[in-house]
Amino acid sequence: MVKQGVVPDELTKPFWDAANEGRLEMQNCSACNRLQNPPAATCAQCKSADNLEWKVMSGKGKIYNYGVVYDCPVRLLQEDQPFNLAVITMDEDPNIQMYSHLPGTPVDDVPVGASVEVIFEKSANGQMIPEWQVVS
Amino acid sequence: MTTENAPASMYRATEGLGVWEHKGKVAAVGIGHSPTTRRWDGTAENTMGANSILALRKAIEDAGVNPADIDGLVLDPVTTTGAHWPPGQEIPMDVVNAYNPTDDPLDGIAKLSAEWILKNMPELTNVKFTMYGQGCMSHAIVVAAQAVGEGRTHTCLVLKSWHNLEGRYNQSGISAQDEVPGSFALAPGRTLWGAPGSYGTALQFAEYCRKYGKSHDMMAPFMANSRRNGLLFPEGYWAQHRPEQLEPEDYLNARWIAKPANLFDNDIPIMVSGAYLFTTAERAKDMKQKPVYILNHASSRGAQRSVLPTLDEVEKETAETGRKIYEGAGITAADLSFENMYDGFALFHQFHIEGLRYRGMQNGDALDFYQRDISIEGPDPILPSGGNIGSGRSRFWMHTDCIQQIQGRAGARALTGVKPEIGVSGGPMPMGGNFTVWSATPD
Repeated sequence: MVKQGVVPDELTKPFWDAANEGRLEMQNCSACNRLQNPPAATCAQCKSADNLEWKVMSGKGKIYNYGVVYDCPVRLLQEDQPFNLAVITMDEDPNIQMYSHLPGTPVDDVPVGASVEVIFEKSANGQMIPEWQVVS
Repeated sequence: MTTENAPASMYRATEGLGVWEHKGKVAAVGIGHSPTTRRWDGTAENTMGANSILALRKAIEDAGVNPADIDGLVLDPVTTTGAHWPPGQEIPMDVVNAYNPTDDPLDGIAKLSAEWILKNMPELTNVKFTMYGQGCMSHAIVVAAQAVGEGRTHTCLVLKSWHNLEGRYNQSGISAQDEVPGSFALAPGRTLWGAPGSYGTALQFAEYCRKYGKSHDMMAPFMANSRRNGLLFPEGYWAQHRPEQLEPEDYLNARWIAKPANLFDNDIPIMVSGAYLFTTAERAKDMKQKPVYILNHASSRGAQRSVLPTLDEVEKETAETGRKIYEGAGITAADLSFENMYDGFALFHQFHIEGLRYRGMQNGDALDFYQRDISIEGPDPILPSGGNIGSGRSRFWMHTDCIQQIQGRAGARALTGVKPEIGVSGGPMPMGGNFTVWSATPD
């Protein structure tokens, strides 16, 4: 599945640059010791922008939940329907989530709770995008 | 006159505020709806703006109020159902100029300002208060109720309108582009990963079913009941255009959109406008219709930790919303005659009513409750309006039904298993919405 290309903006450029280098990084507030995703201009807890940093993640997580998309609004993905769309939680903090198409996992045969690890896929404009695969 | 969004101070969004200071002092006295259509036909006669004028005039007529006595107007300026005017597409100036336009040619077609309404309803000669309750009718009602309570306006129109254009839902705009901005790609909702609108709700429902041992099939009685009630709602889309009962097997065999959400779990986007007239309880006494008093309004502003609200986050938020609703109205769950919480994704209605503890239900009980008699004839009616599943996406059928049930004007939908004295309506989302308690009496 080739996703839409991504044009990094000021807020998210560190995330996308790291992905191009094969790293998963998440925003972290060093004052609160609290991860957050999606990235934001300030920490959702202390509301300060002063202590936000980008932290390298282990790239390990769990499948929290999933659905199967049969009627996707995004044109580039429509020829791949139906497809899995899962929510992954990070091992560093199970409250932090990312989406995944779970490449390699059969449609609607998703092992909720299973361990996954990050991989990186090329999008339509070459930007690398984090994805997740079940650990065999 | 510059119209601004309502300030946060007009919403009752936290617990501990006590009984609403304007409880029973604001009343609904008029209702008006435009006809429904699936999409705009491109004519000047059927624009969203035309529907708005029609609905407003009907509400004024219904209340029997002299238009010159109206001094307030609250509306939602955002009117899209998910359809956006295609970039570069020529705007039909003959349509624009069929009305008194504002500086924005799409005003009255694909967005709506208070200025456009006032320019095109010359009978509204004394409107001095205008405000936007941005989001949906549930927002506008809260803002109008608070404004009347605070004395900013004494006779106030409340309006919500929708436009729907050619093309499939949410498939234009950024969904059709080859590239997206980095922030959009990571944001909740419709992202790089292609989530349909109902995806988040579908996942919360899936988690709910796993936790409580329920199944999607258990929604079938709720869906059939909603369509049945919708077909008894002559103002609604299905009653006007496709008067077909939805049988359980139709529902169970429908195609998936975002499994476990199927086609019918998504309310159908339509063109329609709805309007109400609110006034003070004092003025309402002498008006044409029986007043329906507002006992409270409450707002939910849930914040999820990450990309998708978890079931725990949803249940915490809806329980808090229920407490706010009752606290401000000075009532308990036992006082509710009926509920009309939002359903436009069907798979989250249970979160709303479990949060209300409607008929004593706890988390995980609602789908079993749906297997009982939930009809308008029974003692435990669920969504007598039929909601947006039953009549198309307006996000206001629930409010209309609350007013009509209490006034005794719900026609074939009239509740017979309970006496409709106090109802609650609102939405949209379990993690964020606005809710109103309606009553036959002011106390």
